[in-house]
Amino acid sequence: MLSLNSPSLRRFKNFEFILGILLVGGITSAILFSDWLFPSGGSGINLAMRLVPPMTEPAYPLGTDPLGRDLLARVIIGGEISLKVGVYSAVGAVVIGIVMGLVSGYYGGIIDMVVMRFADVQLALPFILLAITFIAVIGGGLTNMIILLIISQWVQYARLVRGSVLSLKDREFILSAKAIGVRDVRILFQHLLPNLIGPVIVLMTLNVANNILLESSLTFLGLGVDPSVPSWGGMLAEGRTYLQTAWWVSVFPGLAILLTVLGLNLLGDWLRDALDPTGRTSL
Amino acid sequence: MAKFLFYRLLQAVFVVLAVTLIVSFAIRLTGDPAIMLAQGAGSITEADLVRIREALGLNQPFIAQYLDFLRGLLVGDFGRSFMGGTQVSHLIGRALPATLALAFASLFISIVISIPLGIKAAVSRGRWPDQLIRVLSLIGLSFPNFWLAIMLVLLLSITFNLLPPSGMEGWTSFIMPAATMGIILTATNVRLVRTTMLDTLRSQYVMVARAKGLSNSVVLYKHALRNCSIPLITYFGLQFGGLLGGIVVVERVFNWPGLGTLAFEAVAARDYPVLQGVITVLSLLIITINLLVDIAYGLVDPRVRKD
Repeated sequence: MLSLNSPSLRRFKNFEFILGILLVGGITSAILFSDWLFPSGGSGINLAMRLVPPMTEPAYPLGTDPLGRDLLARVIIGGEISLKVGVYSAVGAVVIGIVMGLVSGYYGGIIDMVVMRFADVQLALPFILLAITFIAVIGGGLTNMIILLIISQWVQYARLVRGSVLSLKDREFILSAKAIGVRDVRILFQHLLPNLIGPVIVLMTLNVANNILLESSLTFLGLGVDPSVPSWGGMLAEGRTYLQTAWWVSVFPGLAILLTVLGLNLLGDWLRDALDPTGRTSL
Repeated sequence: MAKFLFYRLLQAVFVVLAVTLIVSFAIRLTGDPAIMLAQGAGSITEADLVRIREALGLNQPFIAQYLDFLRGLLVGDFGRSFMGGTQVSHLIGRALPATLALAFASLFISIVISIPLGIKAAVSRGRWPDQLIRVLSLIGLSFPNFWLAIMLVLLLSITFNLLPPSGMEGWTSFIMPAATMGIILTATNVRLVRTTMLDTLRSQYVMVARAKGLSNSVVLYKHALRNCSIPLITYFGLQFGGLLGGIVVVERVFNWPGLGTLAFEAVAARDYPVLQGVITVLSLLIITINLLVDIAYGLVDPRVRKD
C-alpha cells in the first residue's frame, strides 16, 4: 500500500488546487470585469456579420451568433446568471441547513423528526421534477429558481450537520461547557459549529457546481431565466437550431459551463482531502 | 424484521402522501384552468366557465379534489388530458416503457464501465491510473447532461452521420441517449466502486485468498467484488432518482417519446392533469425502488434493521 503522503499524491493534490483556482478565478474575474472588457455588452446586433466562424475575424475570436453578436462577449456576460444562481442558492441553503441541523441534532424531538421526513421526501422528488412542476405554474426567473434550489437543498446540509452534532454532543468539551452553564445558543454556534464546518464547506463548493448545472438545464429547457438575458443555458437552446451550420454557437457556452463546474469540482475535491487529512472519505 | 418492514413501509406511504400533496398543491397555484381551456373558443359566458369547472371537479374544495386524486391513484386513474380528453393513464402507459428502457440501458452502460475502472483505481491507489481515473471522473461530473447530448449529436450524427439524431427507432437510436446518461452516471459510480473496493481489499478474507495463492483476477472479481455488491447495489438504487431527473432532460434533446417529453409537452400546453400524472408516476417509481433496495439490504445485513 502506498503512503497517503506520497510525493506523487501530493503533486496530484497541488495540480488539482492550481487548476481549480485558475479555472474558477479566471472565469469569475472575467465575468466581474465584463463591463470593462466589453463596453457594448455583447448586445450589438450586426446582421451583416451573422454566424461568423471562430478565428476568422480578429474582432470576433469565437465567432458570432445568429444575430451577429460577439460570441466571446456573450459567453462571458452570460456566466453572471449562472454564478449568481449557484452562489446565492448555496448560501441560502447553507444558512437554513446549518440552523435546522444544529437544532434538530442537539434537541432531537419534533424538529428532528420533521427534518428527517423532509429528507425522505426530497430523496423521492428530484430537483428537476420539483422545478418543472412549480415553474410551469408560478413561472421561471432568477428569484424563483434560487428559492426552489434553496428549498430542495437545505435538507442535505441539515442532515450533514445533524449527523456531526449527534456524534459531538456527548463529547467532554460540550459536556463541560454545559456544566459551567454556557448558554445553548453559544454551545451551538461557538462550540459545535466550528467543529463541523469543514464537510459543510466541501458540500457547498460541490453544490455551487451542481446548481450551475441545474440552472443551465432549466434555462435550456425554457423554464429558467428570461431568454432575453444572456445565459449559458439560453444560448445553448438558441444554438441548437443552428447545429447543422454553426457548431460554435452550441460548443462555446457549453464549454464555459463545463470549465466552471470542473474548476469548482476540483477545488471541492482538493478541499475534502485538505480538511480530512486521514483521508477516510475519499482516499 | 417485521418491525423494520412495517416502519419502512409506513415511511414510504408518508412520502407518497407528501409528494402527491406537494404536486397537487403546486398545480392548484395556477389560477383557473377553466379560463385557460376556454381560450380560443370564441365568446365565453360565466355560465360556460361554471360548467367547465364542474366537469373538471374544480368547484370542490382543495381537500376534496386531493382525496379524489388519491382515490384515482389507487385504481390507476389520473383523469383526462385537457387536450383532447385522452386518459392520462393511457398517455403515461405509452411513454413509461421508453423512459424505463433508457434508464436501464444507461445504468447498464455505467455499470459495465465503472466496475472494471473502479477496481483498477482501487488496486493502483495513489499511482497514475488511479489519478487519471479520478480526473476523468471529475470531468464527467462536470458535464451538463443536455450539452453532452448535443455534442454527441454534433459529432456522431451531423459530422460522421453514423447515428440517428433523434427519435426511438431501432437499437441504434438508443446509443446516444443511453451513452449520455451512462457517461454521467459512470463518473459517480467509478468513485463508489473504488471506495467500496478499497474497504473490501483491507479485509482479512482477501488477505487469506491472496495467501492461498489465488490469481489476482480471481481474488478481485470473485472474492472481493462479490462482497462489494451489496453496498454497490444500494448506491446504484439510490441513484435512480437522479437518473430519472437526468433522463427527463436528455429526452428533450433526443425527442425521445418518454415521460420527460410528455411532461414538457404538458407544460407547454398547460395540461395539468398530464403533468400531475407524470410527476406522480416518476416519484412513485423512485420511492418503490428505494423501498426495495432498503428491504433487500435489510434482508442481507441484519445491522440495518436496527436503525
